[in-house]
Amino acid sequence: MLDACGVESAEDLFAHLPEAVRLRRPLHLAPGISEYEIVDYFRERAGENADGYASFLGAGVYRHYRPVLVDAVVSRGEFLTSYTPYQAEISQGTLTTIFEFQTMICQLTGMDVANASMYDGSTAVPEAAMMAARITGRHRALAARSVHPEYREVLRTYALHQGMPVEEFGYVKDSGVIDLEELERKIDDQTAAVIVQSPNFFGVIDDVKAAAEIAHRHGALLVVVFTEAVSLGILEPPAGADIVAGELQSFAISPSYGGPYAGIIATREKFVRQMPGRLVGQTVDTHGNRAFCLTLSTREQHIRREKATSNICTNQALIALMATVFMTVYGKVGLRELALQNTAKAHYLAGKLKPAFTGKFFNEFVARVGNPEAVNKTLLKKKIIGGLPLGRFYPELADSMLVCATETTRRGEMDELSDALRAPAAEEVLA
Amino acid sequence: MIKKVRSHPSQNEALLFERSSPGKGAWQLPELDVPAVDASVALGAANVRAEIPGFPEVSEVEAIRHFTRLSTWNYAIDHGMYPLGSCTMKYNPRINELVARIEGLAWAHPYQPEALAQGAMEVMARLEAALAEITGMDAVTLQPSAGAQGELTGILLIRALLEKRGSPRRKILIPDSAHGTNPATAAIAGYVVENVKSTDTGVLDLEALARAADGDVAALMVTNPNTLGVFEENIVQAAEILHAKGAMLYMDGANMNALVGIARPGDFGVDVMHLNLHKTFSTPHGGGGPGAGPVAVKKALEPFLPTPRLKRVRGKWAWDFKRKRSIGRVRAFYGNFGVLVRALAYILAHGGPGLRNATVDAVLNAVYIRKQLEPYFDLPYPAPNMHEVVFSDERQAKLGVRTGDLAKRLIDYGFHPYTVSFPMIVHGALMIEPTETEGKLELDQFIDAMISIAKEVETDPELVKQAPHSTRTSRVDEVAAARKPVLRWKPA
Amino acid sequence: MYPENFRYTKEHEWVLVEGGIGTIGITDHAQQELGDIVYVDLPKPGTRVEQGRSLGSVESVKAVSDIYSPVSGEVAEINPILADAPEKLNEDPHGAAWLVKIKLSAPGELPDLMSAADYQSYIGAEK
Repeated sequence: MLDACGVESAEDLFAHLPEAVRLRRPLHLAPGISEYEIVDYFRERAGENADGYASFLGAGVYRHYRPVLVDAVVSRGEFLTSYTPYQAEISQGTLTTIFEFQTMICQLTGMDVANASMYDGSTAVPEAAMMAARITGRHRALAARSVHPEYREVLRTYALHQGMPVEEFGYVKDSGVIDLEELERKIDDQTAAVIVQSPNFFGVIDDVKAAAEIAHRHGALLVVVFTEAVSLGILEPPAGADIVAGELQSFAISPSYGGPYAGIIATREKFVRQMPGRLVGQTVDTHGNRAFCLTLSTREQHIRREKATSNICTNQALIALMATVFMTVYGKVGLRELALQNTAKAHYLAGKLKPAFTGKFFNEFVARVGNPEAVNKTLLKKKIIGGLPLGRFYPELADSMLVCATETTRRGEMDELSDALRAPAAEEVLA
Repeated sequence: MIKKVRSHPSQNEALLFERSSPGKGAWQLPELDVPAVDASVALGAANVRAEIPGFPEVSEVEAIRHFTRLSTWNYAIDHGMYPLGSCTMKYNPRINELVARIEGLAWAHPYQPEALAQGAMEVMARLEAALAEITGMDAVTLQPSAGAQGELTGILLIRALLEKRGSPRRKILIPDSAHGTNPATAAIAGYVVENVKSTDTGVLDLEALARAADGDVAALMVTNPNTLGVFEENIVQAAEILHAKGAMLYMDGANMNALVGIARPGDFGVDVMHLNLHKTFSTPHGGGGPGAGPVAVKKALEPFLPTPRLKRVRGKWAWDFKRKRSIGRVRAFYGNFGVLVRALAYILAHGGPGLRNATVDAVLNAVYIRKQLEPYFDLPYPAPNMHEVVFSDERQAKLGVRTGDLAKRLIDYGFHPYTVSFPMIVHGALMIEPTETEGKLELDQFIDAMISIAKEVETDPELVKQAPHSTRTSRVDEVAAARKPVLRWKPA
Repeated sequence: MYPENFRYTKEHEWVLVEGGIGTIGITDHAQQELGDIVYVDLPKPGTRVEQGRSLGSVESVKAVSDIYSPVSGEVAEINPILADAPEKLNEDPHGAAWLVKIKLSAPGELPDLMSAADYQSYIGAEK
């Protein structure tokens, strides 16, 4: 090969690089290690993480069982080691699964169209807000404080340089649902998007219908966010939403310390050309057989460049495929049963704790525990990771934690949690 | 002549919704160990939905067959060479998949106490350090979800620093050979895009740059090696021109796989850059994602990196959320951790010398292809290439056959097409990137296929224009798909 | 091919002025260059447009092209058939597939535009 390339050594291939740019020393990285040692290294690191703990953490990332079929499918090299299906003739596998994914997301959310996925729920939110701004020709975003705090942080980062002021409105102290009066006060004729989450960050099923009525009366669009996709197995899809921006982590995507996950944007048919992200459409091949291909690509960055709807380039195809397999495994009946089990577990737990809000909730809720950090410390000794202390995000809820129970949470663990809360150490901090 | 493939049968498969039948399912749930609840009481009757109309109902066997059959309709790296230029389709080692699924890593919750997340944080810290060494930069954030988000992060960092110095400025300069994400990113970061022409050898035109680089320019976004696979030989001078005007040099690291161990952006004047871990560091493309787009910066930009940052406190890792000058978050939590694990596994497996060897092999493969195909295809920019080579269809176009047709014919020979019609500065581009993955046998088969197609263009152009002939699906009607979009299944 | 009573732009739009109203379209040459047109994006009636500024865009599968207004004025009417049948732009660009009608605000601009003969030699030279 060197002869064919007209060089004496492989080093000559770099001879044209200016000397000033060359690295004339080896990289300060250890020599390569064997497969066995790599597994060992990562097992050791895994051992330094929580091992064998029960957990009541939710807050946007949920512990649901991953059916074995999921990894069986996504481990197939045909899915794992292919790329964006630009060449439709040899990518019908990926294209068909994405079309099925788009369909199932529509069925779940009650929307007309869904894209092929976004990075995650948190980045889907600013994308939805920017989309609303393009549609309405307005520039303000109004987000509920009960939208996931980290999602709102991401929204602020994106909005700052889009000339999009982001304001927030609060929740009702007793119920935990959005404060409609405050929304009514803050919305104006420059509001492009009203952004609410349901179930919201506190786990409370929010008043989407009322938010839609107010948003629409002022000519704004309603963006509804969800972080717990399993809730859609039993809860009404967000009526009146113009854009749904959600996170699918619950659908067989392991928590993986925060990612990779898959977000979605779904919307009404009439807004499809303002929607960011890839889309797969149905068509025919030259023999008249049904086939699928990427479509409406002119919205995207590789064609429209600085005028594109978004700079997003990838979708999360493999992760979306996990969700697709998950939805297939559970199906129409199973997803409902799964959601019911989650409801039952969380309501059992709530019966033993002190929920802070009266609003209806799905599988997580805010519990008043006095000093959440002290409570969690006690729990850790029993190999239980307690709920998320809320003071960091909501100073007014510094005495509370967000706790979650899913189908994987055992009754015994919940009993232990409530026992620990009643133990003398905890009583002390409760007092 | 076609050595690599024979036609093989592939099965038909209906959509999930078409093959559903009521009552079927593949799910199992344990017996409920708490009292059941009445949904309409627990959730509120108005909140409970009726069934999900149209949702699939199939058995486990039907489900696995469905997805397995569909999978056979895909081409993949595991099948053979996937020479998509700029996408760096290299082998995805399976060890990476295994370690990413180790329970203590895969099931780590982003909010679990730091004391119980030390292993995950150590993995991230080690990867940050390795990427800093490879790029020659001072600090790395692993938060961005993909390359395009890395770009946005990088440009926001520049904006923040310039703002602190007095003014964020107004313009971003972008060479005409750039990826489409670059101008889209600049626009989202609130900048006006100004294109800078390349020289006729395909590299940055220093004179044009000097003219364009006024006090209003925030940065130049450049890919190096550029999208022609050519190293920007004037990069040091370009950095000097920009820096003299108080502007920054942003490098799109999409092609970093041509430089690892050979040259470091931090040493040639780059202030900020992103990396695509799914390209250079072998994490699987997965049909279009997930990726990860870490951003590496020089010291001056470190205070602005997204929050939170890893820090060392009394011998333990901790997250630092209190960073006043940070641009904020670009996504929830800390990044695509599962992708980061895979990238670190790749770095550990190769080590310093192995990474450098991969670079050398990638360049050798691309140069070999160029030398073998030069007699048959037009090479518009003859400068020495690195990890990829860009031909044009000029000779074939005269016979009515375009790059898209040549690409489709390549499918019949058992290869995935190269990148078609990009970069835009080459009319009718064929952008070929073999990566270090391919051995001589596969490369020679690819070269033979390309030569054979070039000859077919002369003898039987229609054969090429109607390709592919061997696939389950023939050319699809993209026009019909776009005119009357059908974006979801609906019952007949 | 190119009607004598139209005026043409270098960006391949045409305008036909009748009684203060300019009917605007893209030329046959433009539709050929674009290939199969899949979508047409037009301004709302009442929008003010300026000569030489973008008033909308036409899309093929893999390209978007701005439509530059040949005249200044206010959009009076848009062609309703294009939303459902963008392919008409390929079939009859000088007739049924006109894009918008504009109420002219500066009729003095018209001499800036090319005649049919000039346009034909312009596209001949461009090739």
